[in-house]
Amino acid sequence: MASTYVAVVKRECPTCELVEPLLATLDQASSLVVYTQDDPAFPAGVSTREHDTTLEKSHRLKVHTVPTVIRLDDGEETGRVEGWERGAWQQLTGIDGLGEDLPQMQPGCGALNVEPGMPERLAVLCGDIDLKARTIDVSPLDDPVEVAYDRGWSDGLPVVPPTAVRVARMLTGTDRAPQDVVGLIPPNLNECTIEKVAINAVMAGCKPEYMPVVLAAIDAVLDENFSMHGLLCTLHSAGPVIVVNGPVTKRIGMNWAGNVFGQGNRANATIGRALQLIVRNVGGGIPQEIDRAVFGNPGKYTFCFAEDETDPEWVSLAESRGVARGTSAVTVFHGEGPSLFFDAVARTPEELTTAMAVALWNVTHPRAPKTVSGGALLVIGPDHYALLKSHGWDRERLTSALWDALKRPRDLVVKGAGGIAQGAEPTDPEIIEKFHPESFLIARAGGLGGGMSAVIGGWTAHRIRDEIRPSTREIH
Amino acid sequence: MITPTVEPMLDPTAEAAPVMRERIAPPADLTGKTIALLSIGKERSAEFLDYLADELTNRGHSVRRVAKPTHTKRAPDAVLQDIVENCDVVVEALAD
Repeated sequence: MASTYVAVVKRECPTCELVEPLLATLDQASSLVVYTQDDPAFPAGVSTREHDTTLEKSHRLKVHTVPTVIRLDDGEETGRVEGWERGAWQQLTGIDGLGEDLPQMQPGCGALNVEPGMPERLAVLCGDIDLKARTIDVSPLDDPVEVAYDRGWSDGLPVVPPTAVRVARMLTGTDRAPQDVVGLIPPNLNECTIEKVAINAVMAGCKPEYMPVVLAAIDAVLDENFSMHGLLCTLHSAGPVIVVNGPVTKRIGMNWAGNVFGQGNRANATIGRALQLIVRNVGGGIPQEIDRAVFGNPGKYTFCFAEDETDPEWVSLAESRGVARGTSAVTVFHGEGPSLFFDAVARTPEELTTAMAVALWNVTHPRAPKTVSGGALLVIGPDHYALLKSHGWDRERLTSALWDALKRPRDLVVKGAGGIAQGAEPTDPEIIEKFHPESFLIARAGGLGGGMSAVIGGWTAHRIRDEIRPSTREIH
Repeated sequence: MITPTVEPMLDPTAEAAPVMRERIAPPADLTGKTIALLSIGKERSAEFLDYLADELTNRGHSVRRVAKPTHTKRAPDAVLQDIVENCDVVVEALAD
């Protein structure tokens, strides 16, 4: 049985215009179907020409360049040529002397079906993506953003409407299949698929390249010892604080510098928000329902930042928790809003760490020892880091000095001392520690100037050392 | 004629609730509740609501009278906000 041919072209491509007469020749010699992407009257001189208005045919033929000519034998593709290349066309078509008057070769143009945004649109149109979420129709007179509010999908801020095309685009950010299950999301322990993550990531405003970070953050909070359920339900202000380390932070443009806990960076803002929306929408964690927070904190909209890793001598938070240098990772901490520690007077690391220890003792309550207090995430600002580094202090030295500076004689912090009821028990050891080491973390971030660091107070459940701990996951 | 098209959205939830949103459940009893009597602005609706107000007040319920300026248009935001702010239950009254 003779070969048949399919060609895909567009008028605005000069190479397609160049080969227009050759398509007519091929049509006379064999059976040819031409799909034209733009002008339905192009090319002239062929008997079977279809306008690929939806570009579905081009998509299904996996065309990237026009012109593309495909040879079929018994309905199976046995060869294709992209652009114009005389020898290849002659070999594919079996027509000697085809295009002898044309240049030896001329590259084609990009096909319309692979223009930015089109592959995902066509994947949805053609049913290539395994989407299972039910669709919520929006009346033509309704605003989808308002529909999302009405349905309770929002954290209070507008969400990006999660259309199938946007979700398909988000799914290009991960190799995992849409129906892979990432885990059971508290409080309702509902199964969460990659597709549901993508839907909520769209609503949060994420870009596809943030997906691996969002997925690692979900995995991290689902660690049993992180207890996302408890963190959601607690009366305490804390919520999940995400610290991101490694090459991914530069790749997706995260902020570790000025205004690091503030507004203005899309990746920081939307990764943390995606996690919270997943807990809300998939898990069913709603404020004033199962979320019993007395105050909450603004970080419960989103609290995510990158660590400053610009100094290769600094051991990053992820490295200190066992992640290899050069590997991206997230660490999640149960944190309150950040509190500024401002000290531009200290001139030695000892003066600085002694003052920091006083600030750290204020976490939970100024007299709360480790059996009562939440932990802390101490974020060292660049000025303070410069002081430490100029004296040769590294992470190990800093941690050790802070640990010593945080010790208090029992008499100073015992219940009733100074007229304050809260405090250590009279039966506690003579030296009182503020934190359990597992829930006292140190990272670097912030902008230059001012002599500042920040204390992010931890969740009071950190007192239960064996049950509640921060969690770290590599990003893949 | 503009015919807008809006793409459907994919459900971000665990899909435990029906697609059609459920109505808010009515209160089990009206003790201590404030009942809005909303006149839709049609002739004689006030007459009907006066009767209803008397009946409810006689039974010890708190009543708040609110009204749309006209039945030909939707209720102004101020009227809706008044109800949300001050009332628990609404009786919306048509009377012909």
